[in-house]
Amino acid sequence: MKIVSAIVLTGFLAFVLGVYSSLPWFSFAFTSLIVSVSIHQKPGKAFLSGFLGLFLLWGGMALMKDAANDHLLAAKVAQILPLGGSYIVLILVTAIVGGLVSGLAALTGSYLRQTK
Amino acid sequence: MRILPFLISGLVTTGLVVVLNTQLPVGASKTPRLGYFLSPQLGFWQNAESSNASFDGDLKFAALRGKVDVYVDDRLVPHIYAENDLDAYYVQGYLHAKFRLWQMEFQTHVAAGRLSEILGDERLPIDRMFRRLGMVYGAEQTMANMDKNPEMKATVDAYAEGVNAYINALKPEQIPFEYKLLDYKPEAWTPMKTYLFLMFMSYDLTARGSVTDLQMTNAKNYFGYDDFDKLYPNVQDSLDPIIPKGTDYERSSILPVKPKNADSAYFSNTANSSTAMLPMVPDVDNGSNNWAVSGTKTKSGRPILCNDPHLGLNLPSLWYEMQIHTPTHNTYGASFPGSPAVIIGFNDSIAWGVTNAGRDVIDYYDIRFKDSTMEEYKFNGVWTKADHRKEVIKIKNKPDLVENIAMTVFGPVMYDKAYSNISTEGKYLAIHWTAHKAGTGLQTFYKLDRAKNYDDYLSAIAKWQCPGQNFAFASKTGEIAIKQQGEFIPRWKRQGDFIMPGTDSSYMWQGIIPVDENPMIKNPIRGFVSSANQMSTDSTYPYYLGAANSFPLYRGIIINRKLSEMNNITPEDMQHLQMENYNVFAEMARPVLLKNIDEAGLNADEKKYLDILKSWNLKGDVNEKGATVFKCVWDSLENEVWGDEIKKSKLPFPKPDASTLLESLLRDGNFRFADNVNTADKTETIKDDLMTACKKAFANLKTLESKGSIEWAKVKDTKVSHLLKIPALSRLHLPIGGGEHMINATKEMHGPSWRIIVHLTDEIEAYCVYPGGQNGNPGSKYYDTFIDSWATGKYYRILFLKKEAAAKNDRIKWHMSFTNS
Repeated sequence: MKIVSAIVLTGFLAFVLGVYSSLPWFSFAFTSLIVSVSIHQKPGKAFLSGFLGLFLLWGGMALMKDAANDHLLAAKVAQILPLGGSYIVLILVTAIVGGLVSGLAALTGSYLRQTK
Repeated sequence: MRILPFLISGLVTTGLVVVLNTQLPVGASKTPRLGYFLSPQLGFWQNAESSNASFDGDLKFAALRGKVDVYVDDRLVPHIYAENDLDAYYVQGYLHAKFRLWQMEFQTHVAAGRLSEILGDERLPIDRMFRRLGMVYGAEQTMANMDKNPEMKATVDAYAEGVNAYINALKPEQIPFEYKLLDYKPEAWTPMKTYLFLMFMSYDLTARGSVTDLQMTNAKNYFGYDDFDKLYPNVQDSLDPIIPKGTDYERSSILPVKPKNADSAYFSNTANSSTAMLPMVPDVDNGSNNWAVSGTKTKSGRPILCNDPHLGLNLPSLWYEMQIHTPTHNTYGASFPGSPAVIIGFNDSIAWGVTNAGRDVIDYYDIRFKDSTMEEYKFNGVWTKADHRKEVIKIKNKPDLVENIAMTVFGPVMYDKAYSNISTEGKYLAIHWTAHKAGTGLQTFYKLDRAKNYDDYLSAIAKWQCPGQNFAFASKTGEIAIKQQGEFIPRWKRQGDFIMPGTDSSYMWQGIIPVDENPMIKNPIRGFVSSANQMSTDSTYPYYLGAANSFPLYRGIIINRKLSEMNNITPEDMQHLQMENYNVFAEMARPVLLKNIDEAGLNADEKKYLDILKSWNLKGDVNEKGATVFKCVWDSLENEVWGDEIKKSKLPFPKPDASTLLESLLRDGNFRFADNVNTADKTETIKDDLMTACKKAFANLKTLESKGSIEWAKVKDTKVSHLLKIPALSRLHLPIGGGEHMINATKEMHGPSWRIIVHLTDEIEAYCVYPGGQNGNPGSKYYDTFIDSWATGKYYRILFLKKEAAAKNDRIKWHMSFTNS
């Protein structure tokens, strides 16, 4: 299953880049693009793999941080942003933001390889 | 490759990244860079501290001279055990940074006039004000002075190294939450920042004069000096001073001389005028309570000392609680993040507490410059060259703004053509302030931390300059004392209450009151000492204390009354006293109101509120309705009495004190100022004013009641705000009573910022609480831990342990070890 390997690899590489915290937050866009070039899929699937890779990574990490924190900070940030004070919405927004950037990068990568 | 879709998709990706990497404007503020802020590995999620986080640590810093052990208790209070003093301050700096870094830097940015640098030009008015007040200049003077003192220099330096040790080891994802929200980074800490912070405290506690002097000038010009003197008196009939009435004072060693031309050049109502107003004014109730009772009045036979400084209530809190144990001292109390040492607390032998003296130590002088270049000014008949100081204000996303400040023999020229409004008439006003003189910084607290007895206490506070404080003292050996200490000016009556002529030396300060002549008392027969920002002495004290409206009157009366009545006192009694909500002002004012209210003029609805007022127990407790009714009626009455004059005057001036109105009414039912100056055909009496006031107040009360919020705590609506005023990071609608004139002086955003009670038994028994928490991180459960206890009057028993006991105590949860290898 190409899509599963693409999702896992996208997430894994983004996580590794994130460990080097002096790199900018969007560095994963490059690895998501590279993954989509290396594991070639149709544009739709490429987007989905890129999206899910980061959606799951960011969403999962946010979920873990939030649970350990008893939703304390997320509830405050969700008032500042403002998301009605809901930590669940904030986790979803986090996951979607990461997912969108990664998905679009992967889509770009897919078009780079794709021949008509 | 499909070029077009590739390009489009590439562009959309880049566009999205750019948008998510930009601070987007929302109304007046800006969002964080959302991609960064939301990133779980870099952004705010990293600040979500695990609820079972460990604060253990094994840290190595080459700069340490020996080993330091820090035991952290269940309230996250660190107990530092160091082999030498400098290591202790190094670790204090490290811990302040670990738990309060953003706040430390932000507060010093405020003092240094640097907010525009991080928040943009909306903060420019405040930055300009602080620059022009000479905040940086003052901090420089004190630092230069203290750098000559090897002990103090080493202390402040070691502290700064400790702060930087933390900052330098900080990974990008670990920076405090607020940096991520506002998108900037911490910078290196410097000793200068400690002095800037202390300068901020001087500002907060003494710079009200920079506003009141201007406003008092306006009031004097409006009323004329004779009426002014009645409305803004310098005596108060009901005063119960810090030093008991009837105390004998030595003759003063300095007799200040009033300049010959003062009547025309100073007291006349054409002398000076100004409407200049600061964008930010220290709170009028930046005051405090402290008292100490001797063993004759306590159950144990040992003294008890109490203190609760009233300041702005903020998160993260101004205070950080800690114990510092070294071979030279073992001290516990509240410290300032940003400064070494313990500021209010106790050690093995003594305890101390402070309140603000409220004396006037800041004046304006009207300077005559030759021209607008401000190169030369007339002084004693000679054109004198002015120095110039350039203050560069950096502004986020904008070019720098340079303030060119002329420096005169009096001090910096705060107001000039570049900093004024139309109605200052282009005046040049120089500011003369004790905070600009080379101060002694922290030395007093450094010495108090180590004081063993009364003599040490006196010597520790002897050099304290600004802000003037009432230092209460109690020792294990049974002594109690209080002394008002600071650099105070021997003034002729009313000197400096208004803008003074700045063309010659005759209006300058004529020396400093010798330390031995400052008000003080030791082991009084009555068995207690106390202060609550009231005038320190009665009028037999040979020096002029300043206009009475700088001195709140009523808290002092009730504290002294209660302490006189109390015997066999326990620390628990003291806890109740600090939380006392009895309003002695209302006790005096209510009969006057009831006597003058014409009940026949009220309808049934209105009488209901009058009945609430009549049956009120005079307490500002959480659910009291009477407290609300009283406040509404009184405020409304003040508006009726003073509103017309204030409106008629073109220049702003403060309404006379509540005590002035009350004492006038007690003395004289026919109060002349009751007349509304805007109604020529009628002469209103106080009864007329009160009727109008009641009608308006009762209408307001009805609205409040219909909203279900007439209870005192709901009306007062106390909150503890985050320093950025973000509601989500603040604690709002706290159920706490108290308020103005009450011992529990909790107002909307202001009140007891730290309550401490020290019972000087062999093993010291101490209690404290403050409206905050030890961890400044809004993502920590220790961020606001103490607020609920604080609001309901609960205290924490302080752990004051020797090292061996600390290692074994079951309230100690974590251990940090600091070594150099």
